[in-house]
Order: sequence, then structure tokens, then C-alpha cells
Amino acid sequence: MTRLAATEPVIPDFGGGGECVERNRTFCWDWFSDHWGDIFGPALLDHVVLTAIAVSIGFVIALAAALVAHRRGWFETPFTIVAGILYTIPSLALFQLLVPITGLTVTTAEIALVSYTLLILFRNILTGLRGVPEEVREAARGMGLTERQTLWRVELPIALPAVIAGLRVAVVTVISLATVAALIIDQGLGAPIFNAINSPFNTAFIAAGGLAVALALTADGLLVLVQRLASPWAALDRG
Amino acid sequence: MSERPQGEAAEIVFDAVTKRYPGRQQPAVSSLSLTIPAGEICVLVGPSGGGKTTAMKMVNRLIDITDGDILIDGRSVRSLAVAELRRGIGYVIQQVGLFPHMTVAGNIATVPRLLGWSGERIAARVRELLELVGLDPVHDRARYPAQLSGGQRQRVGLARALAADPPLMLMDEPFGAIDPITRERLQDEFLRLHREIRKTVIFVTHDIDEAIKMGDRIAILEEGGVLAQYATPEEILARPATEFVARFVGRDRGLKRLALTRLCELELLEPVTVRDGEAVDAAATRLAASELDFVIVVDAQGRPVGRVGAAAGGGVQAVRPGDLGPHAGLETSLRDALSIMLSDSARPLVALDGEGRVAGVVSYELISRALAGGTAPSPTTARTEAAS
Repeated sequence: MTRLAATEPVIPDFGGGGECVERNRTFCWDWFSDHWGDIFGPALLDHVVLTAIAVSIGFVIALAAALVAHRRGWFETPFTIVAGILYTIPSLALFQLLVPITGLTVTTAEIALVSYTLLILFRNILTGLRGVPEEVREAARGMGLTERQTLWRVELPIALPAVIAGLRVAVVTVISLATVAALIIDQGLGAPIFNAINSPFNTAFIAAGGLAVALALTADGLLVLVQRLASPWAALDRG
Repeated sequence: MSERPQGEAAEIVFDAVTKRYPGRQQPAVSSLSLTIPAGEICVLVGPSGGGKTTAMKMVNRLIDITDGDILIDGRSVRSLAVAELRRGIGYVIQQVGLFPHMTVAGNIATVPRLLGWSGERIAARVRELLELVGLDPVHDRARYPAQLSGGQRQRVGLARALAADPPLMLMDEPFGAIDPITRERLQDEFLRLHREIRKTVIFVTHDIDEAIKMGDRIAILEEGGVLAQYATPEEILARPATEFVARFVGRDRGLKRLALTRLCELELLEPVTVRDGEAVDAAATRLAASELDFVIVVDAQGRPVGRVGAAAGGGVQAVRPGDLGPHAGLETSLRDALSIMLSDSARPLVALDGEGRVAGVVSYELISRALAGGTAPSPTTARTEAAS
């Protein structure tokens, strides 16, 4: 854990916050808005980018693997085992394992984050594809849809609610894990959180933590919205 | 096949078609040969294991043919790319298989979209088809399959199969999963529809009654996909070719034959009528000359008010209005007519035309003659089926 030593000064700049900061009240809006531009805004943006990249890469890999497993059933078990092992390694341990190879880089962080999305996304995509009723598939074949057309026009749209359910879990997981990535890179909302942990200053800690929670809730909400708009039929199906 | 002119049907030929599955001794379909004339409904029927669904699925190549060939208007099903072949054949299955993520309109538009029709043409076709199958073109088009009843789903399935106006339809137990009342309505509607659109239809069922009702011709398949008999329903019921067929159609095949004939197809007995208020005596001579033993009292429009027995001894009898006895419309089947007669004092039945006027009389002798001679009066073929 020697790497915990942060590169920046641990105590934030107390200047500019006035009385609220000097008394270390629970939350100082003035200080927060003063530092939105130099600390929290960029950290939030970094966090979004870290998450987006990890989930995108994870989604592409998981989708490809799920499509293979959908056509060739034997592929499911080996992929599940590998993804399952990656999923169970504690994040700190995974960082330690990767740093000697890829160094203290964004790549290291992303590899770790991607590896946590694979199992969730793979399982959900595959479950979604397998949930397509056999008679629907037969009707598609019987009407002359090719295998590819069946996949894109029938199977994937029907699997979409399950896929988005997987994405919701993956996104929330990655948003939370990406804070830990601050151990190896000075990016994302993790950095102000770690800085704040080692100081008595409440505002920085609450602001960074609160932003991470807000980001997770917002992303989740957006995905729910996307699912409702993209699959209006799914709500009827359960009713 | 898609550029075929609208409404045209195709002739289908099964030429010694065999299906063998690896590792199984008995073929699923054994050298099946039959010709389905264009525009007819051919029902494949038989017990499970008879290979009827297998035989049907070889037409659109959902199952590969091991040996022999199937020709659609003289062209082998193997001469086309498989997707192209299937887009030219309507396909309806028992579980319907509607796409749950698409609206009714989207489902119906599936094949036209694959064929690259314009949006306008598709919209017009969807409207036309919804009307054709008895759904509301405005209200139902935007609904999802989950919002429909079983019967409505099968209607959409039918519309979807008809979308690109294919010359051939394959229907795999299409009404099998539907409650009896809705099933009967859908069967009737399909027959009406078929009279309009006149497509060649291959229809699979395990229900001999459905086969008799729906089929212009019936192919009965035995275990191992052996063709036991291929003939019209009338022929199969009158002269089952083998013991298997006789057993399969059932001991009540005489009654089933009655179901095939409607009163309007028979030459009914001439009724003896008398105007209400006139003396029954006036009809006495006519009654003596007919094989009937009653007089029907009619009003000025020729509608019956009651019947009067001849045994009354010549005197003028009071007519009790409403005592008409068994009566039915001309569209009634002989089977139903017989049932009405049996359940209503076993007297001859008065047949009424569309306006409710007396059209003729049905006696037991008449029914028995119809059964003996087939629907058309042809006494030469009688009695051959007296055995069993």
C-alpha cells in the first residue's frame, strides 16, 4: 500500500472559502463552487470518461463472446470461468498485479475496470438472447430472414431489456470501482476523495463522494429511460 | 417468386420425397408422391410420428430433403436460395411466433420489408390485410402482440403470412392452441378468406374433423410417413382405402359425411302446403301422391305457421300456430339437420330459405339416400361401404 502516497499535497488549499471553511462546517457551497472549475468539474469529467471507456470496451467484448456462445454453446463455460475469476479478484489486488506490467497508467485502470464488467454483461446478453422464444425464431426463419437478419432485427431487439439491465449493473459497478483507480492514476472523483480522507476538511470529501453517488444514480436513471423508450413492449409483456 | 401476379396460386408436386434422419432406421417420410392442384387446400393429417410436419417443412426447406424433390409450379424448391424461397411462401405456425418487440403493423410488414417494398406500399398493404383478417386497421395496427388475445394473434400471424401475397401457404396446426369456439370461427373465416384469395395451402393437423372441414383434399400419413390415402374428404369418408384410414377417420365417418353436405345441396322433397285458413282437405290429393304424411300451413308470404298430420281423417283441423316441428335453414349441414330431427320428436324436417319460406322437406329416407349415393344422387356407388 506504499503507493497510497499521493503526488499532490494532501491538505487542500483552505484559502478562499471564508468563515465556513475556517470553521470546517459540514458543507461549504462557496468553496465547492470556487473549486468546481479546477477540481470537481474535471474530476467528474474524467470519471465519466473512465467509466464510458471501460463499459464500452467491456460491452464489445462481452457482446462478441455472448454471440459466439449463443451459436456455439460450448463457449459459455470457459468464458464464464475466465470472466468469473476476473470478477472475484479484489480490485486492489488486480491493480497490484497489473502495475508491474502496464505501470501506473490509465491502461492499467481500464484493464481492471473492463474485467469487472465482462461477467455481468456476458451473462445478461446471453440470457437475453436465449430468452427469445423458439417459435419466434422459427417464424423468422420460415419467413426468410437470414441468420444475420434474425440476429439484428429479432433476437437482439428482444434481448435488449436484459442487455440494458446488465449495462445498469455494469455502469454502477464501474462508477464505484473507478474511484479506487485513484490509487494508481490521478484521475476521476477518487483523487479528491483520497485527498479528503487524509484531511479533516469535510467539504472536499462530501463533494467528491456525493458527486460519485449522483453520477451513479444519474447514469442508472438514464439507462432506465433508454430502455423504456427503446423497448416499450417489454412493460406490456410482464403485465 | 415475389414478382408473380397478385392472387395467383401455385401447383405443388411432391415427387417421391423421402426424409431420413441419421441414426434412425425408419424414415420420417417415405417416398411421398402427391400433386396439389393450384388454389386448393391440402390437409396433411395423421397420428404423431406420421411425418406430416416434416413433409410440410421440406417445402420451405426448414428441413432438408433426403431424396426426391418438391416442385412449386414445376420449379424445384432446391433451385432457389433458401431465403428467397421462404419469402415467397406464407408460413403460419401453431404458436404464431409474432415478434413481441414489433407492433401488429411491424409484424405484418416483415416480409414486404425484406423484399424492399416502399413505405407507402407497405402501409397500404398492412391496412388491406388487417381488414381482410377482421382486425381494426386503425386501432389494432399500433398494438403489441402482448396486448392481443390468442385469436387476434393468430389473425395477425395469418396476415403476416399473406403480406407479400405468396402463391403458397404452409400452415402448421394454425388453430391448434385456440379455444374451440374461436377455433371454429377462425376456421370458417379462413375458408371464406380462401374462397376470396384462392391460394394453394398445405395445412397440417392431427384432428381429422378439422381436416374434413378445411381440406379440398386430405393426405393421410401413417407411421413412418407413408401415404395411406390421398383423396377428397367425401371419398375418404365414403371409401377409406385401408383399415388404417378407416380406423383413423373413426366409426362415425357416416355422420362425418353428413357434415360435409348442406341442405341446399340436396334435392329436397316437395312439400305439401296449404294457405292458412284454407281447408286441409284441399291438399288431400296432393298429400296422397307424395311420400309425406303431413301438410305445412303457410301464410300469404309462404312462411310456415304450423304442420297438420294427415291422420286427422279428412276433416278440417284447427292449426295450432307455432307447432311447426323440426325446421332449419338451407345452410344447415345434414348432420345438424339429423340431430334436430332426432331431438325434436323424430319428424321430418322443414327446410327454410333465406326469407324464411318453405323450401322443402328432409326425411330420414332422403338422408339415408344421400349417404348411400354421395352428395350427388348417384345410386350406382351405393352399398360398397356397407362393410365395417
